[in-house]
Amino acid sequence: MILLENITKSYEVGGNSIQVLKGIDLNIKSGELVSIMGSSGSGKSTLLNILGMLDNYDGGAYALDGKLIKDLSEKKAAIYRSQFLGFVFQSFNLINFKTAWENVSLPLYYQKVPRSKRKELALQRLEEVGLLDWAEHLPSEMSGGQKQRVAIARALIADPKVILADEPTGALDSITSMEVLDLLKKVNAAGKTVIIVTHENEIAAETERIIRLKDGRIISA
Amino acid sequence: MDKDVLKEILSVMVQNPMRTILSMIGVAWGIFMLVIMMAASSGLENGVKADIGNRAANSGGVWSMMTSIPYKGFKRGRRFDMDMDDIQFLEENVQEIDVISPRCQAGGWQGGNNASYDNNTGSFNIYGETPGLVEIQPMNITQGRFINAADIKDERKVCSIGKKVFTTLFVKGENPIGKYIQINNVNVQVIGVIASMKEGDDSAEENESIFMPITAFQRTFNYGKTIGWFSVKSVDGYPISKLQDEIKSKLKIRKSVHPADQRAFGSWNMEEELADVNTLFASLRFISFSVGILALFAGIIGIGNIMLVSVTERTKEIGIRRALGAAPSVIIKQIISETLLITIVAGLLGIFFGVLTVELLNNTLAAMGDSGSFRNPTVSFNVVFGSFLILIVAGVFTGLLPAYSAVRVKPIDALRKE
Repeated sequence: MILLENITKSYEVGGNSIQVLKGIDLNIKSGELVSIMGSSGSGKSTLLNILGMLDNYDGGAYALDGKLIKDLSEKKAAIYRSQFLGFVFQSFNLINFKTAWENVSLPLYYQKVPRSKRKELALQRLEEVGLLDWAEHLPSEMSGGQKQRVAIARALIADPKVILADEPTGALDSITSMEVLDLLKKVNAAGKTVIIVTHENEIAAETERIIRLKDGRIISA
Repeated sequence: MDKDVLKEILSVMVQNPMRTILSMIGVAWGIFMLVIMMAASSGLENGVKADIGNRAANSGGVWSMMTSIPYKGFKRGRRFDMDMDDIQFLEENVQEIDVISPRCQAGGWQGGNNASYDNNTGSFNIYGETPGLVEIQPMNITQGRFINAADIKDERKVCSIGKKVFTTLFVKGENPIGKYIQINNVNVQVIGVIASMKEGDDSAEENESIFMPITAFQRTFNYGKTIGWFSVKSVDGYPISKLQDEIKSKLKIRKSVHPADQRAFGSWNMEEELADVNTLFASLRFISFSVGILALFAGIIGIGNIMLVSVTERTKEIGIRRALGAAPSVIIKQIISETLLITIVAGLLGIFFGVLTVELLNNTLAAMGDSGSFRNPTVSFNVVFGSFLILIVAGVFTGLLPAYSAVRVKPIDALRKE
């Protein structure tokens, strides 16, 4: 599903070039549940951004579902993102003036799905994450765990192939973290490839495969 | 723009209703000003043009002044008068004259009382006229008749009086026709009452006048054949200024005035007057429009400013939208649509209140009756429609800057922003 070959990436910081990724080779198969671990500065967020087409890479090749993802225009990236990827962020990134179901349905808005159909699908997804009763609530009225479940429902709504979760439990207590993780495992069991970036060992331990990054290189996969 | 997109735009706009409303007031005020100023200048124009009345556009007056060049043994600074023979000469020798009407005046402005009837007295303009006057300067004859050719020929001591003269000298309801009024202690019989067709000061002047046959006037007040000046109207299609030039050069020969003497005769004509008025109001319209448009632009710039702030505040929201599959063009379209919607709604409000104010003003003025030099302010559909188009175009352009600044931030940076 995801194939990385010798990916390199550097940033300019104050006139100095810092190489963040120093040649990443990685193969993630369809339906895998993978965690990417590493201390801060190891390059794990950069790797996730590249995987999520939110950032470009300098060298190497990245293929997603057989398509080469390189030097995409913003427009193309937007299309691919909405077709292939669902995002889950540490800070949930819900739009605070939209209700739960409106947040969930937003990706479909950009795929020009009519409103009534959007609502139907969004309510379905909310039911799957156990939040049907909260459909008309604003994010500010929900707990962190609930918000993350809404975000997961949103990531799922366009039926993507890969779910990218960037520290999905980073802002949650341990009990809620496990609930969210269970939900992601359920999503994985339903056939989606799930990639979780985390620095928590107990979260990583729950995944099928742990990819460890250190100083821009994979030290174990 | 479909309903779905509109809903999305509205959902964002209501996030900060105060800011949206305040920026809308800027544009609404601008277009309101534009409407009001255009209406004000049209009101002034209508008022001034009504003051002029429906005096024939191809008419004017000529009078004698003082020579400025010595000629044929006469020194400069000579005063001279025109007389009835000059008028007859012109009538016979200038083809392009349609009507020529010699005139004399006595009394009038700030003079003492010069007319009386019974125990009532008043100070009026006393004119010596011919029947031709009403062809050049139309007046309503409300009672009786105006001077006719027989009055001139027989030098009858009769007069048509202005309606103010009637109300001053006669009691209400009295029939003045056939009555004798005293003008400078000479009995003159009233044959008619006239009402001015002009507005404002000019109409007061006419309504406070007494018109006698010029021949009777000359005899009564010892003018001989001398006239004060004459009014003249050219035949249709012939410019009055050209006719006046011709008349002046003929008179110069007749009166032994140097052909190049520019100051021997004075003249005015409606054509120049109207041209002056038209130029004046064209500039006034232009100024009103410019000021209005500038006020409008100030409002639009305000909206642009607000949108920039709004887009900066919404960086993260826009980042989320892009991560969820919104292409940059979609975001740009949304920001421009928001800007456009604000300007259009604000513009319509401004136009609505502007037109409403103008209509209220119109009704008030109509209720007041004579409104002097300001009447019937209107604003043309073209002006309103034109400024609305300008508003839409400006709205799109104003939206461009914030729209591009919204997509300039990469989604990844936008998402990181807390």
